[in-house]
Amino acid sequence: MVPVIESNGVYKSFGKTRALNDISFTVNESEIFGFIGPDGAGKTTLFRIITTLLIPDNGEIKVLGMNSISGFKELRKNIGYMPGRFSLYQDLSVEENLNFYATVFGTTVKENYDLISDIYSHIEPFKKRLAGKLSGGMKQKLALSCALIHKPKILVLDEPTTGVDAVSRLEFWIMLEKLKKHNITIIVSTPYMDEAMRCNRVALIQSGKILAIDRPDKIKEGFTRKLFKVKATDKFKLITSLRKYPETNTAWLFGDSVHLTLKEDKIDDSLSIFLRNEGITNPVVEEAGAGIEDRFLELMEKGAKV
Amino acid sequence: MAQGCNGLNIKKSGNKNMNDKVIYVHNLVKKFGSFVANDNLNFEVYGGEIFGFLGANGAGKTTTIRILSGLSSPTSGEVLVAGFDAYKQPEMIKKNIGYMCQKFSLYEDLTVKENIMLYGGIYGMKLALIKKRVHELLERLNFQEYENRIISDLPLGLRQKLAFSVAVLHEPKIVFLDEPTGGVDPITRRQFWEMIYETASRGITVFVTTHYMDEAEYCDRISIMSEGKIVALDTPSALKKENEAETVEEVFIKIARPARN
Repeated sequence: MVPVIESNGVYKSFGKTRALNDISFTVNESEIFGFIGPDGAGKTTLFRIITTLLIPDNGEIKVLGMNSISGFKELRKNIGYMPGRFSLYQDLSVEENLNFYATVFGTTVKENYDLISDIYSHIEPFKKRLAGKLSGGMKQKLALSCALIHKPKILVLDEPTTGVDAVSRLEFWIMLEKLKKHNITIIVSTPYMDEAMRCNRVALIQSGKILAIDRPDKIKEGFTRKLFKVKATDKFKLITSLRKYPETNTAWLFGDSVHLTLKEDKIDDSLSIFLRNEGITNPVVEEAGAGIEDRFLELMEKGAKV
Repeated sequence: MAQGCNGLNIKKSGNKNMNDKVIYVHNLVKKFGSFVANDNLNFEVYGGEIFGFLGANGAGKTTTIRILSGLSSPTSGEVLVAGFDAYKQPEMIKKNIGYMCQKFSLYEDLTVKENIMLYGGIYGMKLALIKKRVHELLERLNFQEYENRIISDLPLGLRQKLAFSVAVLHEPKIVFLDEPTGGVDPITRRQFWEMIYETASRGITVFVTTHYMDEAEYCDRISIMSEGKIVALDTPSALKKENEAETVEEVFIKIARPARN
């Protein structure tokens, strides 16, 4: 099977800043492929190269078998792009925006309505409203409708859920799941680790480098150390004490507990004795399974040490 | 549900001094024309507490935060922040709080030191004290090498840590953090939360909004707002138990469903 996207050793710098550093990956048909990483990791730069809006300094990206530079005209017909910043016309109505995008791509709303009906039906009651007056969740649905109106083969979504509340985020992912049925390949970036689990495969990206690419469950399995969850009432005292414990390898805050790894992966009574001496009463220690964020932290630390 | 039930458990637990009501909100209503943005809110936040203020987009959180920070007046109800009345003493409230948001916090074309000096001046601190704090702050953050660098040259993570330190430069009673960790990497996010814990342990109340539901688990107590009302208020573990949920995210999805789209 020919991959939908194939990136080979892509580099991109802006002045002295190296935004992308040897990026290679492939995306298969009808996959939801996620790029997970913080601001400044290079996600947007990469997406702009995939969508033919930027030229790499070195290396090559092939989309649908075509080079992203020489094939740009053909590719633009086949790619739907939703940038991170809301970039529809705020002074046009919902309906006008959608019609405008359809016209630019030489199609009509009617022709491809079945593809967007699921999403657009939520905002259709407000079709006369100016796009600039919509709520965050509605803007997001309109932007997605506009990115889909020319029936692209590939949908590129740059941080579609940033700043969106948990309920709307969940709804958004359900919409993406449904789009897969139309054989649309989806590339999506997010800073939310929990959204990684909703992708078929993910790439963890940091400072222009890919730290890992795999199925989310496989990435979790990459964490091979024993992980302990430690809880106590005074969390600040707990984390400060655990940092001082001589056997500690890493100690990170995770919500209501601290995730701890130990140098020898072995736990004994010395930990609770140590904590008691530090004045922490009744700590609860239990072994726990690692999540994708534990693995990301581990990879980031390794990357920082190299 | 959990509205205004806090009076039942007045006690001191950990760093939190529950006799010290840093925020007191009683029957708060805020209307814009016929639209009720805040519909009879009741809650208290204590000294040294980390309080998570959650809600869907458009639930009315920003309206409440603007009132609590002295930028907007309530339509009716009683609001005291750091002991000052939101109707009569908004200027005193502003002097006794700190504020940081993700979108804007520091002047990008000023250096680290200039930003600290500027904010110290705005807060009305004495020059000698500001200078002392500049020194302490740079040392605590391990920031000495950045002293004369302009903000736009700093990585996002460092900027956010500095912005937080500047927001508590004048040792306010309470600091408001509006989506403070958006877009930062997981290590920086955790370092940021350690700073929050350290600040709360000094007795400063931290009032935080976030869309990261896993971050809500870091808070001592959280409230969830929906359509202008507080629909839940308790510790994360109590809310999970009550809603038979594994995570705060599940709790949120169960009870914060917005009416529109």
